[in-house]
Amino acid sequence: MVLPTNLKHVATEDEYNEILKNHENVMICCGRMGPMCVPVYDIMEELQEEYQHVEFRDMLFDSPYAHVIRNLPQCRGFMGLPFTIYYKNGEVVAATSSIQSQEQITEILDREFDK
Amino acid sequence: MMEEKRYDVIVLGGGAAGMTAGIYLGRSKAKTVVLDTATIGGQMVLTYEIANYPGVELTTGYQLSSVMKKQAKSFGCDIKANVKVTAMDLVGEEKSVTVGDKVVYKAPALIVATGGRSRMLNVPGENEFKGRGISYCATCDGDFFQDKEIIVVGGGNSALEEAVALTKYASKVTILHEFDHFQAFEHAVEEAKANLKIDFIMSSHITEFTGDQSLRKVKYKNLETGEQFEKAIDGVFIFIGYEANTEALRDTGIELNQWNEIVANEKMETNIPGVFTAGDCRAKQFRQITTAVSDGTIAALNAMAYIHAK
Repeated sequence: MVLPTNLKHVATEDEYNEILKNHENVMICCGRMGPMCVPVYDIMEELQEEYQHVEFRDMLFDSPYAHVIRNLPQCRGFMGLPFTIYYKNGEVVAATSSIQSQEQITEILDREFDK
Repeated sequence: MMEEKRYDVIVLGGGAAGMTAGIYLGRSKAKTVVLDTATIGGQMVLTYEIANYPGVELTTGYQLSSVMKKQAKSFGCDIKANVKVTAMDLVGEEKSVTVGDKVVYKAPALIVATGGRSRMLNVPGENEFKGRGISYCATCDGDFFQDKEIIVVGGGNSALEEAVALTKYASKVTILHEFDHFQAFEHAVEEAKANLKIDFIMSSHITEFTGDQSLRKVKYKNLETGEQFEKAIDGVFIFIGYEANTEALRDTGIELNQWNEIVANEKMETNIPGVFTAGDCRAKQFRQITTAVSDGTIAALNAMAYIHAK
């Protein structure tokens, strides 16, 4: 169960754990193919070349393993898709709910992961 | 050092109008670039389901825009999304658009198809609680409000139809509208009024959103009496129409009307020779994908005629 995007996906809970273990900087966008989610995937796709030190992934919100993001304490109070999480050395450093602009995303990437 | 890239036509905006212009221009061998400050697809991408686009039985906005993008690319059109436009010169023989501090695009003709966007209330707390109780998409976020009490702001077709749709999830939906009557079609008003889960607050507008991790309350004002109220609430969905994306064009010499929409004739010509417009940024009656496609076609064909006449 993965999203039909051009991004690399998170397809299992084990894979999620492996990604966090093996990459210093990770951005995961957890959503559906809805109007608020698609623009975020597109922005991530655009940014991949410029931010090669960041691992960009998406995850299907309705998959059984999406609880790893849904149940994060940082997502408490979130009521808008997608849930976008930024990890540094496996720890959550930022989380946003609903659609974000490229400016908002790059502001977090530059702040948390350096350019 | 600024890199200069020359084209026959620059298209600003990659929604239905811009993509259609790209398809027509590319197919007629005009060297064309489409520049968009956001995602390709514009408002189309923000539409979950499309059932009335002729020739296509049922699709999503994402799928339709992906196909349009693929078509434009297949005809040789260059497409750049999420660019930052830093300067524009539309007057004179050569039009130029500067992107970032690295590239300037130049062409004898330019089509403005910058589209529109959902209007926001612009009141305190709106940005803070976006995604934490405030939403602009019922299809996306409706299921977060199962058995919760919500407000839908607006009085047009979108607001009333989405309010009815949201009663599938919410325990109660209050429609809050700034006027004492609705702009929606009568059947949409009747359907909302007949729904026992829906009630109405008329002649009022929201003045503030408050809460903690999530939205908890709204403050609103009755515009007839001036009375202020506070209401505990779990969510607010905002559907108050669209506005044209024309801020960046205000000092370019292009004629805008009182709603900041671009004024053009039926050939999609603006007041500036060589500058055409298409789609939702144009002053017109109906804003549909079909009308954007029509505009984009006309603008592209007339841009070609303009170049050939020179």
